[in-house]
Amino acid sequence: MTTFWLVVVLAIALGWPLGHYMARVLRGGTAPLDVVFLPVERGLYRLLGTSANGGMNWRGFVMAFMFANAVLFALVWVMFMTQDALPLNPDAAPNMKWDLALHTMVSFLTNTNQQHYSGQAQLSYLSQMVGIVGLQMITPMMGLAMLAATLRGLFGGREAIETAEGAQAPAIEGGERDVGNFWRDVIRAGLRIMLPLCLVWAALLTSQGVPSTLQRGADIVPIDATVEMKTQHIPVGPVSAMVAAKQLGTNGGGWYGPNGTVALENPTPFSNLLETLALILIPVGCAFMVGPFTRRRKLTALIFGTMLGLSLLSGLGTIWLENNAPGTAAAIMEGKEVRFGPDASAAYAALTSQTSNGSVIVMHDSLAPLAGGVVITNMLINSIWGGIGGGVIQLLVYMLLALFLAGLMTGRTPEMFGRKIEMFEVRWLALLILVQPLAILGFTAITLAIPSLAGVSNPGAHGVSQVLYEYTSAFANNGSGFEGLADNTVWWNVTCAIVLLLGRIPVLVVPLMIAGSMARKRVAPEGPGTLQIESPTFALTLAAVIGILTVLQFMPALVLGPIADHLQLAAIAAASGG
Amino acid sequence: MNTLHSNHLLQSRGAWRPALVLAAIALLGFGGLYSLAATGIGRVLFPSQATGSIVVRDGKPVASLLVAQPFADPRYLQPRPSAAGYDPMAAAGSNQARTNPDAIARIALARGEIAARDGIAPTAVAADLITQSGSGLDPHVSEQAASQQVGRIARARGIPVARVRDAVAQATQGSLGSPSYVNVVKVNLALDDATRDALAPAQ
Repeated sequence: MTTFWLVVVLAIALGWPLGHYMARVLRGGTAPLDVVFLPVERGLYRLLGTSANGGMNWRGFVMAFMFANAVLFALVWVMFMTQDALPLNPDAAPNMKWDLALHTMVSFLTNTNQQHYSGQAQLSYLSQMVGIVGLQMITPMMGLAMLAATLRGLFGGREAIETAEGAQAPAIEGGERDVGNFWRDVIRAGLRIMLPLCLVWAALLTSQGVPSTLQRGADIVPIDATVEMKTQHIPVGPVSAMVAAKQLGTNGGGWYGPNGTVALENPTPFSNLLETLALILIPVGCAFMVGPFTRRRKLTALIFGTMLGLSLLSGLGTIWLENNAPGTAAAIMEGKEVRFGPDASAAYAALTSQTSNGSVIVMHDSLAPLAGGVVITNMLINSIWGGIGGGVIQLLVYMLLALFLAGLMTGRTPEMFGRKIEMFEVRWLALLILVQPLAILGFTAITLAIPSLAGVSNPGAHGVSQVLYEYTSAFANNGSGFEGLADNTVWWNVTCAIVLLLGRIPVLVVPLMIAGSMARKRVAPEGPGTLQIESPTFALTLAAVIGILTVLQFMPALVLGPIADHLQLAAIAAASGG
Repeated sequence: MNTLHSNHLLQSRGAWRPALVLAAIALLGFGGLYSLAATGIGRVLFPSQATGSIVVRDGKPVASLLVAQPFADPRYLQPRPSAAGYDPMAAAGSNQARTNPDAIARIALARGEIAARDGIAPTAVAADLITQSGSGLDPHVSEQAASQQVGRIARARGIPVARVRDAVAQATQGSLGSPSYVNVVKVNLALDDATRDALAPAQ
């Protein structure tokens, strides 16, 4: 419990100033350390050409996002398929097959980091440092840029929230609005937020024992001469740089196959505190950024309050369920590491799925079934903290839906921040929320119907959980897994790549499109008849909408998976105990 | 303001150049240069940790303090069972569910074997010794797992129990509310040193 509470307190204490700093970085005007960063940024803008100047409407912003994704898609895919011919490959990792390379690339491009490979054996140092880490650094900042643009749109465009005149001048109805410049947002966020944090985290992690070298690791001769193993190769590399980026950027993809369970990736309780804190630090910062960024400070209270409430509920619930499962005593350390123990492991499992991080310090397959069920539910909600940018965007989507429903119930025209929610917005919202069940349940059903595709490593209900978990994790852009799955097959690689893209592109683009449409509307001044959204009543409505849309929608699948698994476990425990 | 004008340019054909440049900045700058910088800083500030916490004896690397290695001889403190055969290149947990019959049978079998090996009751066997860790490379065992092995090690080595307890105590750590844990490699290196010292005067 100590780790969990320390992390929550530290995340709030550090996330508050971080959020304010992020708001200043992403708003126009001066920001701290301009002396250092501005000259670098100007140089990079010159390389980018004219498109780094001026604003974009929502279409321009989306196109920039799509073009950037397309170029990275092609470059990194080719790199993974040709890594053996490229430099920096001391452990002789072979070229990746097309489907594994496709899945790996898409997985990192979508800020997911679901892994169907083992990094220490299947990726060269170059692929890790340039391909993987490059995407781990830039994709969360792309998510953050999409959040900034969405917020600008919802409040009527950049001028409206950045200038005093803009806030007062009633914009011409129907006119296009400037939602910012994608290239500038990504570069500023990368240089000023992600890079400094990662450098600090990498150094601190190395102090605890995370490797940080370009040399090949040692081949040791075991101490006990009677064992069969004659030499043991210790895989090292530029690990700490990657682990810092994977933890801070809601990425999750580790250097080693079993991720943070490997002591070289997370060596001590202190390194674990740093890594657990890093899971939620920038996502908490995103929640705190909303108020100062939009100049509607109360909005932070609603977003942060809702997220914190859900986070504590799910975090404490996971720890309790893990410690109180039937027949716990014998198997509680299965899949866990002694230096973390059950409490810190369960806390990490909860927080890594509340954000879209997905790194692990415990094998989720071996968690108590209901604790695994909470982890799946966290990923279905995907906005308890959520991914960087994506989490708050998803919460804004739930807010739009909650306002629409509240509007229907009270008989008023639903509106958000004074702008009407109309046919166009609701139609796209409806499509957006349908993508999730279609993608997750559709592919889960097909895979379970054809057992040769599934490749599950556990019989019975847990096998259902394994398949459900994999697609849920892919759609949530989380990346953790019930790792017993034999998932390096063409079927798993290709279908997961599709689900990964469905969980990233529409989920970021459709809200920006809606915001772009809202931005053009006339603002009705707030009066006594306006629905007060920054209130506990609305927060509860919001939580209820989240619950109905995720938990109830997926209840049949959850019953067949984790809940049935739990009942089987209870039956086994009763039989052996009695 | 001509911002709208530039938007339309961007939508038609202008976005390839910035997209290519951003990709280069991302992969070479945020990926390559950042990794090199962070790796260099770590390598200079913490040279031992940076290369894998390798222990060298007589000029030869014999262990990483952060990777379990196999021990079979009863004179050594035994690590947790490994689903990966202690091979770091194949690191993995069992990924078996609590309800998996194979896992239940394996845990029951290990409990019996380890109880017999250490001469204690099956119910007294530490939970971490009968379960496979997440990585298959857990370099630590719990204090309970170490103390249940102390008597066996002392008998096998012909040294006083107190010497073994000393070795365990010196390899025990714990902080931030985590349960204390024992580094297996550290204990076994200390045990070998202690045994060598005990034999030295006789030779």
